[in-house]
Amino acid sequence: MLVNQFLFLAAILFCIGVYGVVARKNAVLVLMSIELILNAVNLNLVAFSLRNGSVDGHTFALYVIAVAAAEVGVGLGLVLLVYRNRRSISLDDLSEMKG
Amino acid sequence: MIFAAEVAQELSSGWFLENAWLIPVIPAVTFALILLVGKRLPLKGSELGVISMLASLAIAGGAAYQWIQRVSSAGEDGIVTPVVRTWAWWQSAGHTFTIGQSIDGLAIIVLVVVAFISTLVQIYSLEYLRGDRRYTHFFAALTLFSAGMLAMVIAEDMITLLLGWEIMGLCSFMLIGHWWEEETNSRAALKAFFTVRTADIGLLVGISMLYVSANEWTMKNLGVSGFSIRGISAWALSGEPNSTLILVIAIALFVAAIGKSGQFPLHTWLPDAMAGPTPVSSLLHSSTMVVAGVFLVARLYPVFFTGFDILGSGGNLITIIGGVTIIIAAALAFVQDDIKRVLAYSTVSQLGYMMMGLGAGAWMPSVFHIFTHAFFKACLFLCAGSIAHSASHHSFDMKKDMGGLRKFMPITFATWIISTLALSGVFPFSGFFSKDEIIDNVGYNGYGLFMIVGLVGAFMTAAYMTRATYLTFFGAPRGASAGQAPHGSHDAHDTHDTHDSRASRDTHGAPHESNLLITIPLMLLAALALGSGLLNAAPFGEKWMRISKWVEPHASAFAPKLYHAPFTWTKASISLAIVFAGIVISWFVSTALYTRKDRRLVGLTQRVPALRVGYNFLINKYYLDALYENVIVKAIVGPIAKGAYWFNQNILDGILHSVAGASRAVSGWVYRNIDQKLVDGAVNNSGKVARDAGGALQPVQSGKVSQYGALLFSAAAVAALVLVIANT
Repeated sequence: MLVNQFLFLAAILFCIGVYGVVARKNAVLVLMSIELILNAVNLNLVAFSLRNGSVDGHTFALYVIAVAAAEVGVGLGLVLLVYRNRRSISLDDLSEMKG
Repeated sequence: MIFAAEVAQELSSGWFLENAWLIPVIPAVTFALILLVGKRLPLKGSELGVISMLASLAIAGGAAYQWIQRVSSAGEDGIVTPVVRTWAWWQSAGHTFTIGQSIDGLAIIVLVVVAFISTLVQIYSLEYLRGDRRYTHFFAALTLFSAGMLAMVIAEDMITLLLGWEIMGLCSFMLIGHWWEEETNSRAALKAFFTVRTADIGLLVGISMLYVSANEWTMKNLGVSGFSIRGISAWALSGEPNSTLILVIAIALFVAAIGKSGQFPLHTWLPDAMAGPTPVSSLLHSSTMVVAGVFLVARLYPVFFTGFDILGSGGNLITIIGGVTIIIAAALAFVQDDIKRVLAYSTVSQLGYMMMGLGAGAWMPSVFHIFTHAFFKACLFLCAGSIAHSASHHSFDMKKDMGGLRKFMPITFATWIISTLALSGVFPFSGFFSKDEIIDNVGYNGYGLFMIVGLVGAFMTAAYMTRATYLTFFGAPRGASAGQAPHGSHDAHDTHDTHDSRASRDTHGAPHESNLLITIPLMLLAALALGSGLLNAAPFGEKWMRISKWVEPHASAFAPKLYHAPFTWTKASISLAIVFAGIVISWFVSTALYTRKDRRLVGLTQRVPALRVGYNFLINKYYLDALYENVIVKAIVGPIAKGAYWFNQNILDGILHSVAGASRAVSGWVYRNIDQKLVDGAVNNSGKVARDAGGALQPVQSGKVSQYGALLFSAAAVAALVLVIANT
């Protein structure tokens, strides 16, 4: 079965995404990395759905895509406002929540 | 089975027909290439765009040649089946979604037109946008647009069609807003996008309804899914579907066509879309993209044929919308000063002809009008661009910045005149053969009222084009054309890019003819505006009707039986007389009004109240924009938002207040008796513990998002590990 290859690809995508979230300073790139993570999950859902011969996984994946679109909308809105306030979107500058 | 007869005959095919799917794939791949490497190439990626369009054009030409051979191999009355190839895209739980090509006469004719005009417009843009700051992106978007349109045209199923349709919408948005730094341009782009998107809901609804209702029948009888256009066509003609159901589907699909093809009442986006660069107006918003709606109706004709009972009624939704659009758009063209807006309303009006023709069963003349209209309207827009580029300092205002240009720009003038005569429908220019056929067939099929609408529209077309020609090319040069600083509506790009400094040195100054990269596309298009009508010249008899033979499907299980009006010179001479009357009357009124300043005519609209009301009505575009923006949008924003606020203040807050009052009474008692005495002791101790723990954990709260992310993922990893261990 091809499922293994799909899972490998998904795992690689997920790792790249996690790396991006942890290591990148640019807020937009972090958002993009989050998209990668979500798409890795989508790939898993679709792969398993293919193996089990049901549409449930496809449906879930579609929902995830819709939610991800909304998430990017909100995320980019936040980034834009941050940029307007401080002329920078580097995440290192945003440490007011420091305990 | 009824479908068996079609397979009996061996039809000729060939490499180009079998591989026609390459036609959209080449520009799609090139789009990615331009974005990736375009900026590093010597011509900034534009060479890739032009080469890809030439390749597509070559394949489309080869496919057209082989299609013609296929038609002849079928014999006189043989049914020519399309060349279908499909691939499974994805499948799940018994549903298979395919993508594929279905090449028939309609696909071939539109493929050739789109590939040809895309090529010419890209060549024209090499000069027109030279030095633009987003030059590479412009060519990328143009190439992607061509890919989308070509994909829609060869689509075998509704999914590919939808894909191409949406790509075109996106490119239209990107290209109208190409100079988005000016607010009017970005507003126009948004308006176009949202208006068309609103109508696109109809397409989604229509496709879904078709799939749900037709899938079972098509699987059983043809072995294809309910997305297949052939399957849908056969289903619609089979007598199987319920007439209400198919009427609702046809209306839903027609709503999408109204939005995309700028039909009344959603035409308001198209004139505003002229904010884009002129090559974009020429390619997307006159000759190709806006005919997508007409193409949709022509492609799914059996659905509309059955749904609206086209040959059995004297008027239906399509003819009414088309007829209304012809008249109102032509009337608006009279009060525009911007040359591109005149052409935009003219486009809307001509699209109305195509719709009206399709609604009245004149399928072939309408498709032929797509073909001829593309050439002469693209040519007119490119002429307007040529004038703005070389004579009027990027102004499109006919009254302030043009006039007398025929002496300075002979080639532009000649091509403009040929295209204007073609648009007006003068014999023997191409528009005559298509428009007159539409009017004739509409009357022949029993839609008498709409034939009169068509004739009135022909009169108005001739008249407003004569006015525009007079203002642009005759009389005395004014404003920028006379060497003064330009007024009014600017083509935005000369204000803020390198083009300006360079251009003001060598291309501005006195009006002059544009260079070869601009005039060669003009001349090619004008030659076709002059000659393409002869490919389907009804007046010269059956032998000249080549396009009808190649394109029109014979009546079968997949195509309805249609009739052709026999050509008579009496009817044609009436419409020609009307067109000449339009030209002559408009010429004399224009000279009287704009040159001699005849006092009986100048200011007439101010002096006569009835005319003033009409004029203001036209100037304000029937107040449709005001209706959409002030009434509909404000109604949504105003009352609904107020209602939500009222609900929030009175109902939700009321509940909150009463709950809060009750809980305050309870909590007072609890505070005095339990809290103070019993709990405090325990809390003080636990508070101390918590504070110490917090102190210990404080360094973790660094405020750095990436560190939080790392913690989150490591916690998740640990949890996953625990889960794996617990499950084994």
